[in-house]
Amino acid sequence: MLSKDQIAQRISKEVKDGYYVNLGIGIPTLVANYVPQGIEVEFQSENGVLGMGPFPYEGEEDPDVINAGKQTITTLPGASFFDSATSFGMIRGQHVDLTILGAMEVAENGDIANWKIPGKMVKGMGGAMDLVASAENIIVAMMHTNRAGASKLLKRCSLPLTGVNCITKVVTNMAVLDVTDKGFVLLERAPGVSVEDIKAATEGTLIVNGDIPEMQF
Amino acid sequence: MINRTVKNAEEALTGIKSGMTLMVGGFGLSGIPENSISQLVKSGATDLTCISNNAGVDDFGLGLLLQGKQIKKMISSYVGENDEFERQMLSGELEVDLIPQGTLAERCRAAQAGIPAFYTPAGYGTEVAEGKEVRDFNGKPHILEHAFKADFAFVKAWKGDEAGNLIFKGTARNFNPVMAGAATITVAEVEELVPAGELDPNQIHIPGIFVKRIFQGTNYEKRIEQRTVRTKN
Repeated sequence: MLSKDQIAQRISKEVKDGYYVNLGIGIPTLVANYVPQGIEVEFQSENGVLGMGPFPYEGEEDPDVINAGKQTITTLPGASFFDSATSFGMIRGQHVDLTILGAMEVAENGDIANWKIPGKMVKGMGGAMDLVASAENIIVAMMHTNRAGASKLLKRCSLPLTGVNCITKVVTNMAVLDVTDKGFVLLERAPGVSVEDIKAATEGTLIVNGDIPEMQF
Repeated sequence: MINRTVKNAEEALTGIKSGMTLMVGGFGLSGIPENSISQLVKSGATDLTCISNNAGVDDFGLGLLLQGKQIKKMISSYVGENDEFERQMLSGELEVDLIPQGTLAERCRAAQAGIPAFYTPAGYGTEVAEGKEVRDFNGKPHILEHAFKADFAFVKAWKGDEAGNLIFKGTARNFNPVMAGAATITVAEVEELVPAGELDPNQIHIPGIFVKRIFQGTNYEKRIEQRTVRTKN
């Protein structure tokens, strides 16, 4: 099984030269640490910055420069700041090439649930609904099962939806899968994880074509 | 030059009454109108509806208004980080309308720009779309969302001039420019207020026509919510 950092590392291989990328909170944020050398990528944060850099050195934090997780950040050469409507214009207008976000559940029809658990304090969807409704290239980064051991890759989501028919790829601690019209297509296994393990942990339709390679890092 | 300046927060908030709907700029605690919020606390106005991306923390930002139970309803996209908020929401004292962040921004911008409603794909197929008109464009379903209506908008900028022109800094810009001019009365507070003519017209982010009252703020705390740093090797 992969660690959160390894999930991020595997996803980083999907980040291509020239991409503008929006990273969600949690595992997706870690992807920035693994972007391959030699490619140019700009990270967008929906609170209004493109060209996000690493965290500042101690003593150099600026309360006026934060990311959507409200963390202090820096900017890189070529960065820009803009208002929230412009920011979501970039997202809705499909100018952002890749969106990586976390989820509580993903269904085989591409539905995603990641903002609300009935009966628990609901904090809100933030920008997630805008992102999943508009982006063409969305990767979900999550654990394959929840803390109780139940599958998070389902036939249909049980939790309130964030978006419908929108997820195209899922990378978990066990596998890389494409979400297609026919169900989850297994592309890669985590080192030491068998196809049987993945089948057992996947409630939704799992399509296995031929030998499934182990992930390469 | 039409002079938009007022003396201070007290004068800027003239006309605030209980039951009003307010837009409040900021993302988390970044770029919030600290002086106007303090003055709202002093005003004692209650039953307020606040349109703001977040609801502050327990002892800062809009959390200060929650402490005094001045807010009846919050319209936000994300409201974590606030115990008093959670308590009031769960006890039913506080009404909360959660809406997607891009829709929140666009409903402000629409109000500013005189657009009564617009279609967006955000929220289609979710509970956000319940009761809303759905229409397909280019084969994709969208939902109808309406411009906000508000009595006051409180925005915070880095620099401003007597004519009400505003320049923002960093990500403290966020919702502030889209709320300016989106309410009946827009109040702008700035860290530095300069005479007309000192700001380069090419660098203005929001023209003064969108700002009714502007004042120089004082004692900015600019609290950081999540201080994250790296160490030098």
